[in-house]
Amino acid sequence: MKKAINRLTRHVPTWPIYALAPLPVIWIYYEGITGGLGVDPAKKIEHQLGLWSLWILIAGLAITPLREHLGVNLLKYRRAIGVTAFFYVMAHMLTWLVLDVQFQNVWADIVKRPYITVGMAAFAIMTPLALTSNNWSLRKMGGAAWRKLHKATYAVLILGALHWLLLVKGFQWEPIIYSVVIAVLLLARMKWRPATSGLKA
Amino acid sequence: MARRWTNDLTWNDVTPKSHWLNRRQIIAGALGAAGAASIGGPLAAQVDNDNLQPNTFEEITTYNNFYEFGTSKEDPARYAGQLTTQPWSIQVDGMVDNPGDYALADLIDRLDVEERIYRFRCVEAWSMVIPWNGIELKDILERVGVQEGAKYVAFETLVRPSEMPGVRRAVLDWPYREGLRLDEAMHPLTIMATGIYGETIPNQNGAPIRLVVPWKYGFKSIKSIVRITLTDEEPPTSWNMANGREYGFYSNVNPNVDHPRWSQASERVIGGGLFAQRQPTLMFNGYENEVASLYEGMDLSEFY
Repeated sequence: MKKAINRLTRHVPTWPIYALAPLPVIWIYYEGITGGLGVDPAKKIEHQLGLWSLWILIAGLAITPLREHLGVNLLKYRRAIGVTAFFYVMAHMLTWLVLDVQFQNVWADIVKRPYITVGMAAFAIMTPLALTSNNWSLRKMGGAAWRKLHKATYAVLILGALHWLLLVKGFQWEPIIYSVVIAVLLLARMKWRPATSGLKA
Repeated sequence: MARRWTNDLTWNDVTPKSHWLNRRQIIAGALGAAGAASIGGPLAAQVDNDNLQPNTFEEITTYNNFYEFGTSKEDPARYAGQLTTQPWSIQVDGMVDNPGDYALADLIDRLDVEERIYRFRCVEAWSMVIPWNGIELKDILERVGVQEGAKYVAFETLVRPSEMPGVRRAVLDWPYREGLRLDEAMHPLTIMATGIYGETIPNQNGAPIRLVVPWKYGFKSIKSIVRITLTDEEPPTSWNMANGREYGFYSNVNPNVDHPRWSQASERVIGGGLFAQRQPTLMFNGYENEVASLYEGMDLSEFY
């Protein structure tokens, strides 16, 4: 099974991810404009784009644990997934900015409302990651510095989960489940060093 | 007996059913002509309670917060159909002359049902205009006899897990509870609604009887009521219990007092489509002339 997947990925290029990524966004806006999303389309689009963002971010986070624990190697798609995640987070943020709050009191919202502060922080952190998601930047920065910068993805995931946890009213399971999934994926990539390793060295 | 507050509108002014069933097309047609005046108008907060344009029946009945049926806006319309609303009894207790379990029909028998076209403003910063049919709460309270010393009215919503999938999860501490100060409850704007657009109120909107307090955020207007208690102490209320910093007992619509999660200065009007402009929120949701005197001398940012 994993061999089959790994063999397949050698033949499946990454460019379709970039080509297909915008389609759901175009589709949901089309539905919103033509009345297919109910009576409050702006909120619906905003929430759906937020949820999709989290899915894509989680997919990117899953790649290393998949390889290390299950032997499935999807590493070549990780950059495309990361760039797609940034595209969705930006679409989510712009929907909020333009269609929801309509540029009113934006700065006050960012400063005063913790879930917006957290969401904006995640977007801000993602920006340099997206801008350096190319071979030229990787060469220019050097591998070590580039990898260090891109570890900020972990912070983005944590902030993304927190953004949702802070947002919901009452006690709701869904954001808690997502938070647990993210926590598990983060823990799964930690290298456990036995406490006695110092003695052996 | 009722008729204490009237707007100038009659049933002749309410959009005919054949129209509101597909008002979309009419809106699309009228946008060009009337748009400049009414929709794209200036942001000046002009209060005109007599020319409110009601939302469509579809908008009012497919976009609801009724967590007993689920937390999404579509869940109530999807699941509330299974709720049994007949028979329905309401337990009236506390500081009343005639406590007891009342059959709904007996409790409201021969009381005046009036049409009230009210703004409805959710704490989540969206709004609608709803043509309710209802009875002034004061009439009901007078029927059961409010005893001297009673200062508050507490309400409870039905909890019936077999018909309300939402209460199987502890989203809130069920039953849903709300309350009003007695003078708020006795105010002629405060009604117990049993209908919308002249039709029996749909389950997702709080059948068979719900509170409507148009100058307060929507969550105060408790749905599907099974208990009314008169008390001399401020009763616990659900959202205040869940998060007291965000939801106060009073929860009057107030554009100057922010909710921690949302600016309350403006609101999204449901039904305007994807590119609908926000409109400024009015003090007491446009009912300042009628209710501001209830809160004279109170710091509304402290008693939010």
